[in-house]
Amino acid sequence: MDKRVRIAKRVAKELHDGDVVNLGIGMPTLVANYLSHGVSIVLHSENGFLGIGPEPQSELADKDLVNAGGKPVTIQENGCCFDSAMSFAIIRGGHVDTTVLGALEVDEQGNLANWMVPGKRISGMGGAMDLVVGAKKIIIAMEHNNKDGTVKIVKQCSLPLTAQAEVDLIITDMAVIAVQKDGLHLIEIAEDTTLEEVVAATGAQLIFSEDNIRIF
Amino acid sequence: MVKICTANEAVKDISEGMCIMIGGFLGVGTPDGLVQALVEKGTKNLTVITNDSAFPGVGVGKLQDNKQMSTLYTSYIGGHPESGRCMEEGELKIVLTPQGTLAEQIRAGGSGLGGVLTPTGVGTVVEEGKSKIVVADKTYLLEEPLKADFALLKAYKADCHGNLIYRFSARNFNPLMAMAAKNVIVEVEEVVAAGAIEPDNVITPGIFVDLLVKGR
Repeated sequence: MDKRVRIAKRVAKELHDGDVVNLGIGMPTLVANYLSHGVSIVLHSENGFLGIGPEPQSELADKDLVNAGGKPVTIQENGCCFDSAMSFAIIRGGHVDTTVLGALEVDEQGNLANWMVPGKRISGMGGAMDLVVGAKKIIIAMEHNNKDGTVKIVKQCSLPLTAQAEVDLIITDMAVIAVQKDGLHLIEIAEDTTLEEVVAATGAQLIFSEDNIRIF
Repeated sequence: MVKICTANEAVKDISEGMCIMIGGFLGVGTPDGLVQALVEKGTKNLTVITNDSAFPGVGVGKLQDNKQMSTLYTSYIGGHPESGRCMEEGELKIVLTPQGTLAEQIRAGGSGLGGVLTPTGVGTVVEEGKSKIVVADKTYLLEEPLKADFALLKAYKADCHGNLIYRFSARNFNPLMAMAAKNVIVEVEEVVAAGAIEPDNVITPGIFVDLLVKGR
């Protein structure tokens, strides 16, 4: 299975019927395709509406209706629109149940770096810092390591932070890791990997008891 | 009755060194006719407050293409590579601000507030140079209000008194900026008779609006 699909499917299991969810641009948007049967969620778009629907056929695209990545979308029957202050009040005020974002680095304290790399062209943080501080549950969805094999789950982030100690769960193609006060708890590993491989591919201390690790 | 004029007339009093707010999110909800008029006028050295620098040739991106800005307050420049390059090489001062913070700074500017306290950015580079205030054991950053000489906005419809409604995600920063600038110019798709917009449906009260321009 494609790594991205595997991650998206596993993230989808974390979402419950009725949840208000913000999915980051890129791979996290795939999560909406894999919701469990009977689970319906309300997707929040930080540019100012609730109820993101599927991408329209190109001839039906509305110039005034795009997602936070600027791509044409539709709005569902239960949707509603608002300005940017309301949009971020929804985020910061704890009215978003879950946000799913990618990461450059996550560390043992739940610190997240995902907005800039010193020396590389800067894009800006957009709404990421507010989302990570404000949503009730922060799920990081990413490939376990960088393409060159370097680790992304580290003891301490070296890149500029997006937010401090806010990450709750890390879901990768290899593992599911819960961030708790005492560190990173390995709770699941992928069916085609081993405990040893996960430990070797992780740059941080993983807490686990071998008998309790589930397979996904 | 609010005066209706052409885009070129509307921007005639914008002069070098002024501060301008421009609505829009990646070009959606940006007053394209007003931005084009400002490009044709060629006014330089502008301080611009806007969510993002859009894309080359799109929305606020045109002011970047034409090098008309000296300072840019924004949350995202990833769509316009020239913004990143100008920031790196010091040609343009760019103040990157989390999107929700930018919205609240503008709202505060228009609401007579001395600023807002937000948890967003605590423990990141965003906190540099800002006062930190602890309320009930939680740390917040004091973010100061933003105001402007002009706001260039886009709405869907205005009535002849300037009461505004918006469409879908084209609302974004427009209602906030309508409160925060001395002169507010709004490009609309249609001007309708008084009473044609129900009082209950008005999003931006007409008292904020100084000039209307017919656009698309």
